[in-house]
Amino acid sequence: MLGLNSRDFKLFAIVCIMALVAPILLNPFPTDSALGQSFNAGYPALMQRFVIFGILAIGFNILFGLTGYLSFGHAAFLGMGSYAAVWMFKLLSYNVLPAIVLSVIVAGIFAVVIGYVSLRRSGIYFSILTLAFAQMSYQLAYSVFTPITNGETGLQVYNADPQILMSPGDPTSPHLFGITMNGQTQVDMGGWSFVFQNGYYLAALFLIASFYLSIRIFRSPMGLMLRAIKSNQTRMSYVGLNTKPYMLAAFVISGMYAGLAGGLLAAMDPLTGAERMFWTASGEIVVMAILGGVGTLIGPVLGAGLIKYLENIVSKINDGILHSWFSFLPDWLDNLLVTVIHPFIGKGWHLTLGLLFMAVVIFLPGGLVQGGQKIMGLFGRNKKSDAKDGAKTPAE
Amino acid sequence: MSILEVKGVNKRFGGLQALGDVNLSVQENTVHAIIGPNGAGKSTLLNVLVGKLIPDSGSVMFDGQSVLGRKPHEIAQMGISRVFQTPEIFSDLSVMENVIIPCFAKRDGAFRMHGIESVASEAGITEQAEKMLDEVNMLDKRHMTASSLSRGDKRRLEMAMCLVQEPRLLLLDEPTAGMARADTENTIQLLKDIRKQRGITMAIIEHDMNVVFSLAERITVLAQGTPLVEDTPDKIKDHPKVREAYLGEAQV
Ligand SMILES: Nc1ncnc2c1ncn2[C@@H]1O[C@H](COP(=O)(O)OP(=O)(O)O)[C@@H](O)[C@H]1O
Ligand SMILES: [Mg+2]
Repeated sequence: MLGLNSRDFKLFAIVCIMALVAPILLNPFPTDSALGQSFNAGYPALMQRFVIFGILAIGFNILFGLTGYLSFGHAAFLGMGSYAAVWMFKLLSYNVLPAIVLSVIVAGIFAVVIGYVSLRRSGIYFSILTLAFAQMSYQLAYSVFTPITNGETGLQVYNADPQILMSPGDPTSPHLFGITMNGQTQVDMGGWSFVFQNGYYLAALFLIASFYLSIRIFRSPMGLMLRAIKSNQTRMSYVGLNTKPYMLAAFVISGMYAGLAGGLLAAMDPLTGAERMFWTASGEIVVMAILGGVGTLIGPVLGAGLIKYLENIVSKINDGILHSWFSFLPDWLDNLLVTVIHPFIGKGWHLTLGLLFMAVVIFLPGGLVQGGQKIMGLFGRNKKSDAKDGAKTPAE
Repeated sequence: MSILEVKGVNKRFGGLQALGDVNLSVQENTVHAIIGPNGAGKSTLLNVLVGKLIPDSGSVMFDGQSVLGRKPHEIAQMGISRVFQTPEIFSDLSVMENVIIPCFAKRDGAFRMHGIESVASEAGITEQAEKMLDEVNMLDKRHMTASSLSRGDKRRLEMAMCLVQEPRLLLLDEPTAGMARADTENTIQLLKDIRKQRGITMAIIEHDMNVVFSLAERITVLAQGTPLVEDTPDKIKDHPKVREAYLGEAQV
């Protein structure tokens, strides 16, 4: 269906449903309960990040997962996408459509240039070149290009901006033909309240489209060529295939995905700064892909979700919250537990992430997807034939 | 008619003259063997033919066109295929995918942006690849990952990948090196079949005299980077200069 084989279609359908009902799924606990306060992730600001960084990771995976070329500067394209989008808000209007279109185009153009140069080398040299480009972009955004980027202050929309397509009745925040991104519907049921936000759904639709496109690419002749490049470049050229344009195409597509993610970030909140291009942001994308499962279709999305969850949920937990959880324990045990857990929460969420990352790399080199497959295997659902297919084509 | 003309090719590595004034002419529709002791320059010559090395001087014409200065993938698209000393295959991919890739290269050229339609929907390509695998008796292994094949099967697979491109000239660099007796016999048979059914011109580098004399129609003896003699297998066997330079007494 939809040009997908039945396994891929099932996976795609699951992703569609999850994305559409996420506001309900991610709020499993009553809103005012202690667990709900701490662990519910179904609020728009966080869900937007899940899907937007999911798009970024899907795009990154087309390059890294298929070809094995590790770009360490992908956040640069994200940042450029955001700048392009905010400029469209400043010059035209708050309509997100031209903003998102331009963010993809701008990222694509830069990807052609950066890709053309970086792809002259492979392996670690390629990674270093992409890193150098990204850091260069970051530094330039801070200094030389301040007229375009507004330097340290960050780029945002001012009343004095032209906004030539803006008519008097238009919303004064990002919107899609009048539907504002921050507009939302809240549904209260019992102790639960679910928030359905326009912006989230726009981003979710882009995630679904991005995911669909990535499945098509993975299964296409081009996807096969990219995996062949990862496997043996010598044989590639001796069967008469030019690896350069294939690599460049993968790099540019992947950069455009990042541009789209950047455009969407700006559409959700119309301001941006150079820090989006900082090298740690690029590193985070790499971690997302590896955590989820490099070269698998769904892995990077899971990795992106997990990191954004930890970043926003674990970092919110503090000693007070811990004490309230452990209040039923004797005081000495309560204090001991809080002391032990303290380094891993709040600002220490990076430590949790680091340990989790190490555990995955060591015990589950295939990432969360491999973990999922193992669990399925325990329940006897992972048929032998599946395992065989897995060798042949990238699994879900 | 000669399909490959090598004229006055020289190649130095630092102080070492790897190829010295090599002239070689491979006739269409023959099997031409290039033999010579270790370090004679056989692999270097092959690398020049496929564009991996650029000679210091001389010319290499394939089918009336110069190959010098062209990239390996361009030379491959002209119709020269190469089998390596150790099989070069896509180890991480399935046997079927290994053959599908050159099918696409043959049909669509060196690059084509085809990122939407699935590989599975390309019925013609799949059929062509299956036919090829059947021809080398590997159809039952099509779902296996290539890295798990035996050495002999890897060689067969590589051969299939070359043949599916319908090359005008097939270059083989010690195709039986390091193989067990049985695998060697199989490979000789495979090459004979290919020769009979497809009539492909082959240039073969080989150490094993048994292989050389059961396949070759012309033989060039290379010593220290320079062709010593070129003749039919029978004449080569008895050539005193050859016996002295290369074959020794016991080997034939
Ligand atoms: N890339 C290279 N750099 C330096 N010397 C080389 C290189 N390739 C081959 N040689 C030298 O050139 C000579 C011919 O090598 P080669 O063509 O591999 O011989 P053969 O294949 O006939 O055994 C050898 O002495 C070898 O050491
Ligand atoms: Mg050699």
